[in-house]
Amino acid sequence: MSEFFKKPLLDAQSLHKQFTVGKKPGLFAKAPKDWFRADRPVAKLHAVDDVTFTIGKGEVLGLVGESGCGKSTLVRLLTRLLDLTDGSIRLDGEEIGHLPAKGFGKSPYRPRIQMVFQDAGDSLNPRFTAFAAIADPIQRLKPLPRADLKLRVEALATMCGLPLELLGRFPHQLSGGQKARVGIARAIAVEPDLLILDEPTAALDVSVQVVILQLLEDLKKRLGMSYLFVSHDLNVVRLLCDRVMVMYLGRIVETGPAEEVFRNPAHPYTKALLSAIPHFDQVKGSGAPPVPRLRISGEPRSPIDPSPKVCRFYGRCPKGQDACTESMPLLHGVGLEHSAGHSVACHFPVSDTDRKTAAVSLIEDVA
Amino acid sequence: MSAVPVLAVDNLSVEFRTRGGIVKALEQVTFSVNKGEMVAIVGESGSGKSVTAFTVMGILDAAGRVSQGTASFGGLDVLQASEAVMRDIRGREMSMIFQNPRVALNPIRRVGDQIADVLLQHGNVTRREAPKRAIEMLTRVRIPDPERRAKAYPFELSGGMCQRIMIAIALSCAPKLLIADEPTTGLDVTTQAAIMDLIAELGAEQGMSTLLITHDLGMAAEYCDQIVVMHAGHIVEMAPTAELFAHPRHPYTAKLIAATPKPTARLMDLAAIPGNLPDLRAAEIPPCRYSARCERRQSRCDQALPYVLGEQKGSMVACWNPL
Repeated sequence: MSEFFKKPLLDAQSLHKQFTVGKKPGLFAKAPKDWFRADRPVAKLHAVDDVTFTIGKGEVLGLVGESGCGKSTLVRLLTRLLDLTDGSIRLDGEEIGHLPAKGFGKSPYRPRIQMVFQDAGDSLNPRFTAFAAIADPIQRLKPLPRADLKLRVEALATMCGLPLELLGRFPHQLSGGQKARVGIARAIAVEPDLLILDEPTAALDVSVQVVILQLLEDLKKRLGMSYLFVSHDLNVVRLLCDRVMVMYLGRIVETGPAEEVFRNPAHPYTKALLSAIPHFDQVKGSGAPPVPRLRISGEPRSPIDPSPKVCRFYGRCPKGQDACTESMPLLHGVGLEHSAGHSVACHFPVSDTDRKTAAVSLIEDVA
Repeated sequence: MSAVPVLAVDNLSVEFRTRGGIVKALEQVTFSVNKGEMVAIVGESGSGKSVTAFTVMGILDAAGRVSQGTASFGGLDVLQASEAVMRDIRGREMSMIFQNPRVALNPIRRVGDQIADVLLQHGNVTRREAPKRAIEMLTRVRIPDPERRAKAYPFELSGGMCQRIMIAIALSCAPKLLIADEPTTGLDVTTQAAIMDLIAELGAEQGMSTLLITHDLGMAAEYCDQIVVMHAGHIVEMAPTAELFAHPRHPYTAKLIAATPKPTARLMDLAAIPGNLPDLRAAEIPPCRYSARCERRQSRCDQALPYVLGEQKGSMVACWNPL
């Protein structure tokens, strides 16, 4: 399996995306004194900052982070809906990062990267029936004769567990779970290699969420797709993903095999995230001793022209020290086995001795 | 815990008139919230959680009608009370945190003024004192730099901060009952934890009772004393939290617990709940609205729904064949 992963499907190297912010001077505004200087400083919002990762064939990579951390910008860069400021994206060894987002819809790479959007209800055209929604990408990207198209759409609907009699319905006539299925069927219609799932179950009830997650797992096995699974529900990420990346204010702060990251989080932010999930073993009134919770307070730092030397988490971090303001921590390997691919960008990660005791207590728990 | 509950909902049924017919949104809903207690109502979307909250607050949609039952809040039947009385109670004695703070807040009024409005309406403060009290409230919900934030408009604040403003508004008059309708939906997990900690803490400080409406069983488990499980307008089970999770008795509760992702379970271990909520517009709804989805269905299930009281105080299951 690991050999298989070695040849990455998608290889993203030091991706950067910056947005210019601030008011543009109006037509009659007084021109700034340095208007003639081309290098006049402009405020930049660093939405994605030096992000490097790979996704192997058939692998599921989870992307976790709070709202505003740059998850969606990263997703839009990968799906080539936004132009990169800097960096390279390779799909199967071929560079696609330099292709302008505007004409990407016509490029031969478009069918290979597809996306399932967050809210299935909002992302479906209300005037398209389920059939038209699923057929649309096929007609645009891989045209088929009419009779074949019908067969193909029906096959896709069956694959996604959507009853064929629902194909003639409009989105408002479908339930949340059915709309999610249409969204998935539409995305896999052109047989992508990489499917990007942006919180596909966030709007669904738990009972439906399970079905959709199981469907995604099943489709991955059958079609050999790779997934980038974006979510802030860590329990869901853990279920589906082989590896996870934790993002904070535009940077990857921790990455590694899902089980390892969830069992031994090394970055204080990851630890706080995990600690914030409500747990069933903490049932109130059951007499279970309360587990001390790591809570982070305050608001994130501003992503506008951030200092390149200060750790982005500084100020909210319980472990923050002066060293954190002097040099930006970079990703480096951690864990009992460095080879496992678990790395963290922190000067003071949860230490190995901490995790050894944690591991011991875990073993005791099992025993 | 006092003998008289803060809120006692008894045999409450609510119908909605729609073009498709009458929707029986709630039927014979009975539960109570004691002083200082945090009670959760959990269930899928469309199970009647929010309708229950809106009915109690007296802000039910005009198409809705209470067909029977009472809701007594500290001895006052809120379903019979006049609008003037309700206006006085709402915000002062019982208040509500809505699901989406950005929609619930007034977008063109500074948040400090919005808190002051509630205080001026109910709190016996002078016009001069009100802004100061508003800033105090902002400090209590731990908004950094409260003087500056009081002058901000909702769009200038993050989702978590807007939710804190909602909490500040809701708690400004120290209500006896707080109804929190999915207070953390759409927020990040870290923010969610902070908001829930805040509600629990402030609740404990003031001896306030909280009715938490959520679909997140994990959250209900962690923060609430008592859990009410709703399905298609019926309460199917009700029990103290520890008991509900240790021994779910209604098949639906068991399925709901089994479907929730937990830190230890694998994807294949999670079981979906088959079927959908029944169409509540139909003239003939089976007495047990879960029976069409139920694996433990028997012939007796076609008879009127039994409300079997459990051994523990406050536990009840509405099932002929409980687990």
